[in-house]
Amino acid sequence: MPETPTSDKDVLLTIRDLRIEGRADEEWLEIVKGVDLTLHKGEVLGLIGESGAGKSTIGLAAMGFARDGCRISGGTIDFDGIDLRKASETKRRSLRGKRIAYVAQSAAASFNPAHRLIDQYAEGPVQHGVMGRSEASRDAVDLYRKMQLPDPDEIGFRYPHQVSGGQLQRAMTAMAMACRPDLIIFDEPTTALDVTTQIEVLSAIRDIVEQFDTAAIYITHDLAVVAQMADKIKVLLKGEEVEEADTRTMLDAPTQDYTKSLWAVRSHARAEQPPVAAGTTPVVSVKGVTAGYGTLDVLKNINFDIHARRTVAVVGESGSGKSTTARVITGLLPPRQGEVLFNGATLPPDYRNRTKDQLRQAQMIYQMADTALNPKQRLRELIGRPAQMYLGLNGKALDERVRNLLDLIELEPDDYIDRLPSELSGGQKQRIGIARALAAEPQFIICDEVTSALDQLVAEGILKLLDKLQAEFDLAYMFITHDLATVKSIADEVVVMKEGVVVEQGPKSDMFQPPHDPYTELLLSSVPEMDPDWLDRLLEDRAAGGAGANVKSAGN
Amino acid sequence: MSHIFTMIAQRLALGFVTLFVVSLIIFLGTELLPGDFAQEILGQSATPETVAALREQLGLNDPMHIRYLGWLTDILRGDFGESLANGQSVATLIGGRLVRTLELAAYAAAIAVPLSLILGILAALFRNSFFDRFANASALSSISFPEFFVAYILIFLLAGAGGAFPATAINISRGDPTFAEYLHVAFLPALTLTLVVTAHMMRMTRAAIINLLSSPYIEMARLKGMAPMRIIVKHALPNALAPIINVIALNLAYLITGVVVVEVVFVYPGLGQLMVDSVAARDMPVVQGVALIFAAAYVLLNLTADVLATLSNPRLVHRR
Amino acid sequence: MGFLTGLLWLAAAIIAAMAAGWLFRTVAVAITPRGISKELKTAPLTASFGMLMILAYVFVAFFAPMLAPFSETEVVGPEFLFPGDDPSLLLGTDNLGRDMLSRMIYAARNTVGIAFVTTAIAFILGSVLGLLAAVVGGWLDQLLSRTVDVLMAIPALIFALLLLTIVGTSIINMILVIAVIDSTRVFRLARAVAMNIVVMDYVEAARLRGEGRWRLITREILPNAMAPLVAEFGLRFCFVFLTISALSFLGLGIQPPTADWGAMVKDTATMITFGNVTPLLPAAAIALLTVSVNFVVDWQLHRASGLKE
Repeated sequence: MPETPTSDKDVLLTIRDLRIEGRADEEWLEIVKGVDLTLHKGEVLGLIGESGAGKSTIGLAAMGFARDGCRISGGTIDFDGIDLRKASETKRRSLRGKRIAYVAQSAAASFNPAHRLIDQYAEGPVQHGVMGRSEASRDAVDLYRKMQLPDPDEIGFRYPHQVSGGQLQRAMTAMAMACRPDLIIFDEPTTALDVTTQIEVLSAIRDIVEQFDTAAIYITHDLAVVAQMADKIKVLLKGEEVEEADTRTMLDAPTQDYTKSLWAVRSHARAEQPPVAAGTTPVVSVKGVTAGYGTLDVLKNINFDIHARRTVAVVGESGSGKSTTARVITGLLPPRQGEVLFNGATLPPDYRNRTKDQLRQAQMIYQMADTALNPKQRLRELIGRPAQMYLGLNGKALDERVRNLLDLIELEPDDYIDRLPSELSGGQKQRIGIARALAAEPQFIICDEVTSALDQLVAEGILKLLDKLQAEFDLAYMFITHDLATVKSIADEVVVMKEGVVVEQGPKSDMFQPPHDPYTELLLSSVPEMDPDWLDRLLEDRAAGGAGANVKSAGN
Repeated sequence: MSHIFTMIAQRLALGFVTLFVVSLIIFLGTELLPGDFAQEILGQSATPETVAALREQLGLNDPMHIRYLGWLTDILRGDFGESLANGQSVATLIGGRLVRTLELAAYAAAIAVPLSLILGILAALFRNSFFDRFANASALSSISFPEFFVAYILIFLLAGAGGAFPATAINISRGDPTFAEYLHVAFLPALTLTLVVTAHMMRMTRAAIINLLSSPYIEMARLKGMAPMRIIVKHALPNALAPIINVIALNLAYLITGVVVVEVVFVYPGLGQLMVDSVAARDMPVVQGVALIFAAAYVLLNLTADVLATLSNPRLVHRR
Repeated sequence: MGFLTGLLWLAAAIIAAMAAGWLFRTVAVAITPRGISKELKTAPLTASFGMLMILAYVFVAFFAPMLAPFSETEVVGPEFLFPGDDPSLLLGTDNLGRDMLSRMIYAARNTVGIAFVTTAIAFILGSVLGLLAAVVGGWLDQLLSRTVDVLMAIPALIFALLLLTIVGTSIINMILVIAVIDSTRVFRLARAVAMNIVVMDYVEAARLRGEGRWRLITREILPNAMAPLVAEFGLRFCFVFLTISALSFLGLGIQPPTADWGAMVKDTATMITFGNVTPLLPAAAIALLTVSVNFVVDWQLHRASGLKE
């Protein structure tokens, strides 16, 4: 976005010493601890921080709104001369949707499933008395066209479930624009989308905000995204401001350590292992696998090998068949054709027919540590059970083994051994998932999106731990992910999947060098970079016919 | 739209299969009766010859499936057999009483359904207010009360010495009451039923709406500056229709089948009264007939609710 | 004016009940160990009152012979005595001249005991089959679920009456009939709860580890299904208790001379038209227990659903 001198423009929103409390276990705890914020007309402010930083809460407070279980407990919120804390609820309601609008993270969940898109669009303008129903409908079609939605004359007459995620997100932005508000709050609008879809939504949002000179607060945890969207960036940590500066200054020369550590995450990459000698038997070998549910083939003729001490990253967007591949290897989904070899020997297709030792050798770490750990078992049992079952450890030997494993994952045994999963943080839970896999003393571990639910710094720690363990125990990893930054940092080899087919595979170094398969090209070029000009360059490039311009993205 | 008809047709077919199986269970009930059915009819003093003759006459010597088919075709033609107690045709016994039971159910439903929907919506709108807590606690209490407790309290308060309403509805069977007379005489039984089902329906309506209030699209509506009443009626209610329809159907079914106790308390000449008398006398053909009618009403109501709930879901009506 | 007096009495009763609840909670929090007292502190007054009442019923049921002034069946005076007519017969007499108070106390043992046994049978039957259906899946699940679908297509009370006609009315028959009918409802819930747990990653992890079915159910699924199942036990108990009372009231349940609240209402029902509240007493005893259980269950469900007010 072109830099505009903002200081001489009119101030639109002033927040001073904002304090918000949340209710937890019958107590009110402060979750936003005195944040200041100034926004000028037509200016875009990026709010960035990890989960628990209070970004969304602050965003909603800018509308004078607090979620159930939260309350604004201190400070002032001044919107264009109106004190939102002192104003009556009726007054606040008359501003919401009309002068301050909101775009939510999940458009699929935020559109009412019972009404057509255009009816939901028109509701705001009609109820706020901005325009009549027919005028609003015409306006909707116009905005849908501006948002580059396909079939703008017709799309409004569909129900939300009939429209794809990326299109819904654009329809929601259009809806927010309906009353031509002065300020829009974007709350992680692209987080739930695939990278290739994200581009379309980002560019559409940016165009429309520029066109109507609307001020915006853009909330995200993704630095590269905010770099494209915002004029200035405010970094938050646990409800407090870390620093604020205009976008380029913030990216080039952050002053605070916390900001620097956030920036540094992106630069981590481990050394690529040399290719294995020809003729080595791979630990796991997927041969000609075709599999699916019902009559539908989700995987078509998949082939790849995973060697000891190597990490194979399986990359693709949602619906590409990554997780289904894992289910075939673990035996949860017997393939229609093809087989899975383990150290050169065929594995029984169904896990129920595999021997205890075959089950022990292949372990799995799940994406959502919350659902992967039995909430009623203590760590002693969670981690100890595989060791007890496979290795016959009991009593003192088992206790020692569990402590030893806790040590390995860098958790203090005495402190943690009798805890329940609910007494752990997200990153710690994921570490327990790793310890449980290690307890079986396997040769091969499947990591299914293990870092995608975690904050960047925490995810970084998990990746480093996995790296260390691989070297220590000669583990072979299959790493399922949609995040190319993760691939860059940990993979030795890459398998790119699209719609159940492997479109490209090979060593990481080849994968990130042209020439590519067109889909890989599209995927790679869609990953946002920390450069504020990246989106402009990419769009120009694509308009000129480069960088995957002619490939349809998978999700849309 | 064709898929929606297919779905409804499937539901209808399933409903009929259920009815068929239910009729089979009810029929098999007779087969499981300890002792001889013919002996049961004639009593202990009957000679073996007369018993054998009656067995022949009733077709009891035929194989079971033949007798079931015969029984079923008879019922489909409206012939439910004869009462063991007094030899009257079961169809005649049931006929007039079925109408009375349906009248009572309709009377109660006409009060209870609108009342509970309004109370439920209001409780959801003013959730956690004093009104909500009070409504909730009294609903919980009245769900916990046995029907006869509610009925006798009402009799104690509103009938008896100087009361405005009669304590029994037995007069309904004598002569033909006018509409106004009927409303007056049947007021207490209808009120009892209303109190019992309103509590349940109100609670479920409130729960169905409140369940949705934490969903993102309700937050979106609030952030669009919509008024609370509009959010409930326009945004929450359409999505809560399926559970609410189901609750209404369940309670209507309850009104028809659960009237047994209320009918006994008020000596109301309906099907429930008949059923209780027949169970005590072990009058199997009558019990079978009444049970079949109750089961059919129950299945049909649930079926209707299912179809309506399907039609209220845009995801099912408008597919991608 | 009678109506207003009634309202005043009602208000007084509610205030007294809430005060009792508050007192009970305060005492209970003080004397129980820390873990339990922390939970108890979250109980609303309604639930505290409910717990107090349940304890009182259990106490009366256990010590009935010691508490009751007369025996269950003894004729002690003229029929239909109003409460207060004879100071030694506190609650008056019933249609045969038996002491109402003594019969009320014995009925606590009979009715509550029978309802508890019935619920327990229904519960064990329903939840074992429900869990099995969810874990084993396939044809067993299909068979059980379809059977339950059909059984549930017949309204419960009507089905009970039909079965009782077939097997005859006796206490054992009634217990079995109601237990079987009610177990279908427990099956539905147990299966639904277990189904939600079976799809969890930790269950998949346990399956992939090669755990047996028994361990899967007892260690992975059951501990996580306990909360809703326990709440369901309370609700089921209320339902069974009301059904038994209704059957007894209709003369088809617990048979005389065994004291039972439902049957006692029936025996004394005619007195209500003469302005005698006697029949309301056993009915109120039933209502008070179900209300109490419901209050406690409501609190537990509210806690389990994690709803913050």
